Amino acid sequence: MSTDSRASAELLERVRGFFAARQFLEVSTPLIDAEMIPEAHIDPFEVPGLGYLRPSPEMHLKRLLCAGSGAIFEIGRCFRAGERGNLHQPEFTMVEWYRPGDDMRAGIELLDQLMQEVAGSPPAKKTSYAEAFEQTLGWNPHTWPLERLQQVAGESIADRDELLNVLLAKQVEPTLGSGPPEILYHYPASQSALATTTFHKTGIEVAERFELYWKGVELANGYHELTDAGELRRRLVTANHQRVAGGRPALPLPEKLLAAMDNPGLPSCAGVALGFDRLLMLSVGADSIGQVMEGNNARR
Amino acid sequence: MASYNTSDFRKGLKVQIDGTPFSIIEMTFRKPGKGAALYECKLRNLLRNTIVDRTYRAGQTLEVADVTEFTAQYLYRQSDSFVFMNNDDYEQYELSEDQVGNFARFLKEGMDCQLMTFNDLPIAVTPPKHVVLQVEVAEPTAKGNTATNVQKPVKLETGAEIGAPPFINSGDWIRVDTRTGEYIERTTEPEEKS
Repeated sequence: MSTDSRASAELLERVRGFFAARQFLEVSTPLIDAEMIPEAHIDPFEVPGLGYLRPSPEMHLKRLLCAGSGAIFEIGRCFRAGERGNLHQPEFTMVEWYRPGDDMRAGIELLDQLMQEVAGSPPAKKTSYAEAFEQTLGWNPHTWPLERLQQVAGESIADRDELLNVLLAKQVEPTLGSGPPEILYHYPASQSALATTTFHKTGIEVAERFELYWKGVELANGYHELTDAGELRRRLVTANHQRVAGGRPALPLPEKLLAAMDNPGLPSCAGVALGFDRLLMLSVGADSIGQVMEGNNARR
Repeated sequence: MASYNTSDFRKGLKVQIDGTPFSIIEMTFRKPGKGAALYECKLRNLLRNTIVDRTYRAGQTLEVADVTEFTAQYLYRQSDSFVFMNNDDYEQYELSEDQVGNFARFLKEGMDCQLMTFNDLPIAVTPPKHVVLQVEVAEPTAKGNTATNVQKPVKLETGAEIGAPPFINSGDWIRVDTRTGEYIERTTEPEEKS
């Protein structure tokens, strides 16, 4: 047993304590299911005859919310094929929570409190996606023309979101959360994933999606959740189209969740997924999540 | 043309970009937010030995480079080129002085090296880490001057001149580090290989 095992147990205990103090219910949902929430860039492991290992607990947690669970959280293993690096392992631990009644602001506040109480971080800095680009690169990511984006990225990629992602990863991310954690919010509407969208005071449509960075590491992703089943279905079908265009198989839609969102409906809520191994890695000062994952040496 | 997908990318993979062979010497997997995975690669140009940084997105491909590495023994020098022979199939390869590099001064007939070819043409040779060579000329050292931190120049059988400790005499066999060109130790004559 390593000293990291103790650090891991203590961190888990603090996470559970944080949610217990706020009357969240801890739940444990299935790891294998025939349905899932397809994403353009996440590949699940197939379990022959049964479906897939979950890439995230989101589908089942939202079904519980529809069933009237109230505030819930889950700490559990998730699985993503083909992801391996300092910050990625095909098997990892996610902390995911939802609280009905929360909007994006409340979701950001709760995440900030969790970081302070659980990881001992200073209060988070809140920066809009546009501000982050403006501060680092000097221009607005929502309005800059595609050709200019291609020029600064030095890439001929035709997809605007992919270009912004490359620029975010290579030029903006390294500057984020160098002091206190930094929460980026109001992503481009085209990158809303499962978040609602809203119109910014400048007239630009943005996603009520947020991500927390600390010491250059992306730790958590959150949404003011999309509750419209029809809109969700449309986005998931689009994600499947993107998958097929990129040479990946389409994935089965979460029909049971979509039906529950229709009736009785998903309560308005904010939800966040946080990479537990990455938080542990930062709190013990390791260089990779592989280093802090129990028994992982044999499979590296 | 065969190609590698980003999911095949790993350290040591030999690929070609615009007809030039490269070896992936470092690969960082990154996946920002909800976006496509990025593979940040450091690649060594196998012809020029320079290093370039390139970022590839999930789904991109790189052509396979037909790069082969095998053991070859040095046969002889022929004006400006050096002739090596593949120990398995006796095929001979000529390399220029540039391709052999600094190591040329330690090359001795029959020495086993690692040869690298690209599309069957030789592009680089890697010497053994250490070689054992005979000292041809070493000036006698004045009596009493046996301090080991003082070195004197000696000339080796291949013509190379390096620094060696005062106790080394003409006719001694010494081990030399081919990377730094430095003396390592005095040793005995290597056995003839069969």
